[in-house]
Amino acid sequence: MTDIDKTAGEQDTPPAGPEAIKAIPVRHYGRYVSAVLAIAILVAIIYAFGQGKINWNAVPDYFFDDRILTGVGKTLLLTVASMAIGIIGGIVLAVMRLSKNPVTSSIAWFYIWFFRGTPVLVQLVVWFNLGLVFEYINLGPVYKDQWSDFMTPLLTALLGLGLNEAAYMAEICRAGLLAVDEGQTEAAHALGMSHGRTLRRIVIPQAMRVIVPPTGNEVINMLKTTSLVSVVQYPELFRYAQDIGQNSGAPVEMYFLAAAWYLIMTSVLSVGQYYVERYYARGSSRSLPPTPWQKVRAHLTTFSSRKVAA
Amino acid sequence: MTDKLSKTQDTAARGTVPMVKAQGVHKSFGHVEVLKGIDLEVRPGEVFCLIGPSGSGKSTFLRCINHLEKINAGRLYVDGELVGYRQQGDKLYELRDREVAMKRRDIGMVFQRFNLFPHMTALENVMEAPVQVKGAGRTQTRERAMQLLERVGLADRAGHYPSQLSGGQQQRVAIARALAMDPKLMLFDEPTSALDPELVGDVLDVMRDLAESGMTMVVVTHEMGFAREVGDSLVFMDDGVVVESGHPRDVLTNPQHERTQSFLSKVL
Repeated sequence: MTDIDKTAGEQDTPPAGPEAIKAIPVRHYGRYVSAVLAIAILVAIIYAFGQGKINWNAVPDYFFDDRILTGVGKTLLLTVASMAIGIIGGIVLAVMRLSKNPVTSSIAWFYIWFFRGTPVLVQLVVWFNLGLVFEYINLGPVYKDQWSDFMTPLLTALLGLGLNEAAYMAEICRAGLLAVDEGQTEAAHALGMSHGRTLRRIVIPQAMRVIVPPTGNEVINMLKTTSLVSVVQYPELFRYAQDIGQNSGAPVEMYFLAAAWYLIMTSVLSVGQYYVERYYARGSSRSLPPTPWQKVRAHLTTFSSRKVAA
Repeated sequence: MTDKLSKTQDTAARGTVPMVKAQGVHKSFGHVEVLKGIDLEVRPGEVFCLIGPSGSGKSTFLRCINHLEKINAGRLYVDGELVGYRQQGDKLYELRDREVAMKRRDIGMVFQRFNLFPHMTALENVMEAPVQVKGAGRTQTRERAMQLLERVGLADRAGHYPSQLSGGQQQRVAIARALAMDPKLMLFDEPTSALDPELVGDVLDVMRDLAESGMTMVVVTHEMGFAREVGDSLVFMDDGVVVESGHPRDVLTNPQHERTQSFLSKVL
């Protein structure tokens, strides 16, 4: 249909083209039914929430509360720091996993197996409660201290989240490294480049294109996962919202507020991720997908042309 | 003319040490024996062509020369030195990665699929090895790289990425990249097989020019015309063995072996 329109539009003498097909389109009655059903359910849900005794005013009242803003800051800090640990750990693990040394490769395999196979909440609680079995931390002559002084809630949270994330990042990095054509390594070796230099100069820069998009997903996931660290007594957005809720007598409203903040942050990150992906797709042969703004403009022009045609 | 002269002098100066010498080279991948005892010699300054049906082991043999593949039996020498091993007394010691890399500096290789680094421009591709491996100065290397791109007729494409170049142009950049290390031996692994027919000529011209300058070249190819015109020696391989060898004109126009005859009747 569109093709016919295009060729007709491109020709300098419009009437000479073939006559456009005018047919009565198939009616999809099922679609009307499902649309009506979906809207009905939505209305029911909204109505139910309208009936609930929700003090909506509490949300804007506390939205920019100092504690909430501190919580947002700490959530972001946790996200960035845990991801940093995760990415560095992931790269090291991926290289270990791909190395020819069976010992390092098995250790990396075991690490990934363990940290991916156990829930992050369980890992956090284990880190938190290690103080029950270790009185001191003793690294020989390097460092010695009371366990409770060493393992602060922040460190517990960072270890719990970061080490777990490293296992996931390792798999992402490994996939990225494996995605680089073997001919690239051969060409580099044939030029007399060592293994390390080949990895650094040739393989990793190309692997980045595969690694970056899923890493963006991981950042967004991490932002949400930070809400779990309330169990290890590290106060962040969720914890502060919970506290305020209990003191002000509007717990559900404060959960809504926290959810809204998480939504705002993940939305901002999604937009960022979208453009980072576009950036790394440059130079590849496939054409870039249009940005949302370009899509909107394209829709507007098709609408206007339809009107003209009608 | 001066090139030809220096070529003969060069050959004389090196005496009888062949650039490549293979003695009973065997290579297996798992249970499949790909090379079943290859014996041959490539003299310095010579253009040595390897032809044969696909799967005959000619590419594998080429890759053994710069130790991209390890041989299972026999001896392989480049410029008088063992490839991949060091001999002390009657014991063989495997070379370290670093030592292997060191030896590969002197051997340029051109691949069927070009294998240019896609995240670097043509110029950066040519500069990469001298700067990173030899530690050469950037400005000096850039000048030399531009000369090499000029030589392969692509000086005006220096700033282009591989994806912006045609196959023939990519392959010529790949040749310039290999030459940037000033190799004493160049290996070509079916350099024109992945190219559109009309782009083959440009690459062959560059290779012909290189041969005239006296470079020792081992060329795996299906371009019989090139082998006949430019080649000094030719080997026909089939099923992991050398079936027939000699001067390209003789082998191509008057093949003795029945297997060679049937192969040539299909490709010529």
